[in-house]
Amino acid sequence: MDEILRIEGLSKTFTLSRKQQRLERTQQRHKTAVDDLSLTANRGEIFGLLGPNGAGKTTTLRMLATLIKPDRGNAWVDGCSIVTQPEEVRGKIAFLTSELKLEDFFTPNYLYDFFSELHGVPPSTAAARKQSLFARFGIDRFAEVKVANLSTGMKQKLSIVISLVHDPDIIIFDEPTNGLDVITARTVTDYLQELRSSGKTIILSTHIFSLVERLCDRVGIIIDGHLTACGSLEEVCDGLNIEDRFFELYKQQKGDEQ
Amino acid sequence: MNRNNTWTIIRKEFARFFGDRQLLFTTVIMPGLLIYLIYSLMGVGIRNMESHGEQDLVMLKVENMPPSMLPLLESADSSIALLHEPFGQADIDALQDKDINVVLMRFPAQFDSLVASYQPSTGLPAPNVEIYYNSANNASNRVYMTLEAALTAFENAQANLFDINRADSEEQTFNQASDDQVVGDILSKLLPMLIIMMLFSGTMAIAPSSIAGEKERGTIATLLVTPMKRSELALGKIVSLSSIALLSGISSFIGIALSLPNMISAGNESIDIPFNYTTNDYIALLLVILASVLVMASAVSLLSALAKDVKNAGTMVTPFMLVVMLAGLLPMFQSGTAQNLAVYLIPFYNAIEVMADVFAHSMRWTPVLVTLVSDIAYTGIAVFGLTRMFNSEKVMFSK
Repeated sequence: MDEILRIEGLSKTFTLSRKQQRLERTQQRHKTAVDDLSLTANRGEIFGLLGPNGAGKTTTLRMLATLIKPDRGNAWVDGCSIVTQPEEVRGKIAFLTSELKLEDFFTPNYLYDFFSELHGVPPSTAAARKQSLFARFGIDRFAEVKVANLSTGMKQKLSIVISLVHDPDIIIFDEPTNGLDVITARTVTDYLQELRSSGKTIILSTHIFSLVERLCDRVGIIIDGHLTACGSLEEVCDGLNIEDRFFELYKQQKGDEQ
Repeated sequence: MNRNNTWTIIRKEFARFFGDRQLLFTTVIMPGLLIYLIYSLMGVGIRNMESHGEQDLVMLKVENMPPSMLPLLESADSSIALLHEPFGQADIDALQDKDINVVLMRFPAQFDSLVASYQPSTGLPAPNVEIYYNSANNASNRVYMTLEAALTAFENAQANLFDINRADSEEQTFNQASDDQVVGDILSKLLPMLIIMMLFSGTMAIAPSSIAGEKERGTIATLLVTPMKRSELALGKIVSLSSIALLSGISSFIGIALSLPNMISAGNESIDIPFNYTTNDYIALLLVILASVLVMASAVSLLSALAKDVKNAGTMVTPFMLVVMLAGLLPMFQSGTAQNLAVYLIPFYNAIEVMADVFAHSMRWTPVLVTLVSDIAYTGIAVFGLTRMFNSEKVMFSK
């Protein structure tokens, strides 16, 4: 197996504000979002991080995307450290989440060229890639329509296209189908499989069991910042379906704490 | 990594700004236009107030008119209809209606001989002239002022012991300031603050929405996941925002320059405004304006990066703007140029001082240089600071 992502002992603690303390009903000033997390992912697979809300999935992915820095531990994306080589890491990945927005004022055409330039893609390559990606997602008809006037689904598709301007080998996708209608969601999952068959690696986070079953080659179950299970879907499930297996692990983990 | 990313960011900011006609109009075209219109109108207004165009006729009833005063009153104001007749308390009460154009004037009987025989040294009360009028009625008030001035002049003429600055010929002038100096003095007190304010409002129109706004709308995160360095983003933002703020400032400046003659000559159309500045003056002016726009855009960008959203950015910048405005007022309270070069290390204040010097025809290059170098250093520090903020997850992602 050709390892493309290695995470070692990644930890992240947030300081809670008073308001957050009240909301979480806790006296603690610090909350450990990710605790000593280690895993690896291989080239050409879809790796799913499965866990409930607040388990630490998004925090982990944000650390991989170098938007936030780990307190401890490190991760290597295709050999580049997220701690010491953040620019190189960002050049190798696509990071997609609903939090990343595109400026309403500009057109898909303009934004594509702008981000291509920031990624240092040669203009001729960029033009050809733009054409095929726009055609693939049906954006070509809206290429000159301001983002503000695009439908939610079209905006989401454009975000995906923009994140792929540099043809990255790793695609990190936080909750890929969240907030999408069924048709757009299907387009997205189909495209993820297409990317896998062309040799790309996809790391996604989700709390939807069916998505894991349908898409993922390997899965890591994350509960309260801990990686409680990790391996191929068969290994993790251990004869059960993923949903039953998850709740079994969830009870164990919560039971340990009490 | 490379300069290209900075350039890409600058081009995007320009595309955003120049592609938005409404934004372009409100930040670049409108300030200059508004200033020109407002200042010109103010000038016209002042001139109208002082001009003697259409004036309402006022009836002036005079009791005991002394012969000596007659020519004085008849020539005082063409809009006065003079009536020689006594009046009583009912006439005075009628003046309470402010729509009545009437002024009542009562001299003591035998006014001329009383004045001639009066000795101030006796300590007795002097002869008293009563003028009843209503100051809420413009015409009534105007006639009162005219009468008072005429009487004062008459009183002075009675006891003329000496004159001050009486010109014996047309050529004789007592105030030796040249027109250049007079105008320069006015400009050096007015313009620096105006220019700084214009630049500030230009910066405020764009910087918060470009930085706090991108944060609020979540578009800055999209930029932060590209391989571009944070410092390239910071530099690109500051340079593009400064350029746009400068455009806005230039627009305001043109507005000021065009309307200034109307303002200064407001009450007196005969004044010719000399605008005798050298090329060096203009170069120095342009350089310090450029430098302070950089510092201004840097400061507002830093505060905007700290702010949660555009509104919050506005709140954070306001106290800072007040301090800068106060600094702008200082040239009005001081005379001469600052001798201590350290003064020119203070951002904004240095530009205000240099501009005041330039307008007062006393520009020196050393302070200009100190201003430029220190402002560029501050901008460098700000780029560094903004880079740190773009790197800080607390600043960029906390709500």
